[in-house]
Formats: sequence, structure tokens, C-alpha cells
Amino acid sequence: MADQTLDAKGLNCPLPILKARKALKDVPAEGTLEILATDPGSVADFEAFCRQTGNELMEHSEDGGTYRFLIRKKAA
Amino acid sequence: MSAEEKSMSIIVTKGSLDWAYPPFILATTAAAMGVPVTMFFTFYGLPLLLKDLNLQLTAAGNPAMKMPMMGAHMGLPNILTAIPGIDAACSKMMKNLMNKKGVAPIEDLRELAVEAEVRLIACQMTMDLFEYSLDDMIEGPELGGAATYIEVATQSDINLFI
Repeated sequence: MADQTLDAKGLNCPLPILKARKALKDVPAEGTLEILATDPGSVADFEAFCRQTGNELMEHSEDGGTYRFLIRKKAA
Repeated sequence: MSAEEKSMSIIVTKGSLDWAYPPFILATTAAAMGVPVTMFFTFYGLPLLLKDLNLQLTAAGNPAMKMPMMGAHMGLPNILTAIPGIDAACSKMMKNLMNKKGVAPIEDLRELAVEAEVRLIACQMTMDLFEYSLDDMIEGPELGGAATYIEVATQSDINLFI
């Protein structure tokens, strides 16, 4: 169970990324954030976001048009 | 490879509803990815800093503007853009479409940019030219001229002219 869940369904670029960054601030170091989104562009965006920021994209999956991402916040 | 070493600057020269998006999306996303951003608002980009925004667009002279309507992509013939009120109607339609599709309004992106500590610079020369004052603007922008921007640009890895 993730420390926090962000519902970004129905939001388009760049909102999923921007809201994820905000939500990550409240996640403890090495904690996890689960994000739900419907924007297909968010798949590539979250991969890039994690590469750039050093956070780890642990899992991502898709279920009927909803994408789910699990990000682990980097160590302090 | 971290993004801490890279920075970005954007010169914002246009202020219509459609042109407002690229600079704000790029700036907020870069900031979200750890890239420090400076936005320099000049000429028609300067009104994007006004407290009250009522951004408009026009289909005039814009042959690439084809909107989804009734299952197809349709443009507006230039001659029709001369009809009084049509620009306002098109702008409203665009805003409704964006709302429906979950695209953030410019006001929200701008607020996110301020929150993310994107550095906003209002071109002093344009302020004087079009008779704007800082009181008309949102909280946050500093005043600067070309030299201010050039200094920022020499230190930025990514410099965009939009």
C-alpha cells in the first residue's frame, strides 16, 4: 500500500507531473506514491520525470484506460 | 544523471490563448523536474502577467488551426474571422474544449509556476511602451531589460524563444 495516492485521472499534460511533484513533497524519503492517470502521454512523462529527478518508477500498469504508477521517492 | 546542473530560460513574446501554453507548460514541467527556469515576458507576452487574464485567440491567418467539430477537423475561412465577436466566440469554444479535456487554464499554470519559484521577469521597455505598471501585474515578477535576460541566457543550458 503506497504512502500516498494521487488521483490525476482526467487531467492532461502537464498536470499529472506537476501534481505528482507536489504530492511527493509530503511523502517521506524512500516512501511511495501511487498515481492514477488517464493521460496516455503520462507513461513517457513519468519515466522521464523519474530519470531526471532520481526517483524510482517501481511499477507502472494500465487497466482499461487508467494508468497506474508507483514511484519511490529517493533517499534524503 | 541529475538535472541539478541544467537550467532553462524562455523568452515569452506572444500572449494569445494558444501561444500562452508552450512557455507555461515547459516552465512548470522543467521546474517539476528540478530544472531552474527563468521566463522573460516581452512585447505581447507581457500581458500574460496581468492580474486578470481574458486570453483570446483568432483563426485569422492561422491555416493550421483546425478544431475537432462534428467528427472532423474544421478551420474557419479567413473572411469569416472579420465577423464582429467571432474571435471571442472561438476563444470561448477553445476554453470550453480545454476544460472538457482536463487541460489546465493558464491562470493555474501561472500560479504553479510562481509556486515552483520560476523566475519571472517583465520587460521594462515593454512596460513603458504599452503603459503597464507593476500594480497591474500579479505578485512576483521583477523588472528587467535585455541585458538582464542576456546574463540569464549565458548561464542557461536551454534558451527558448517562444
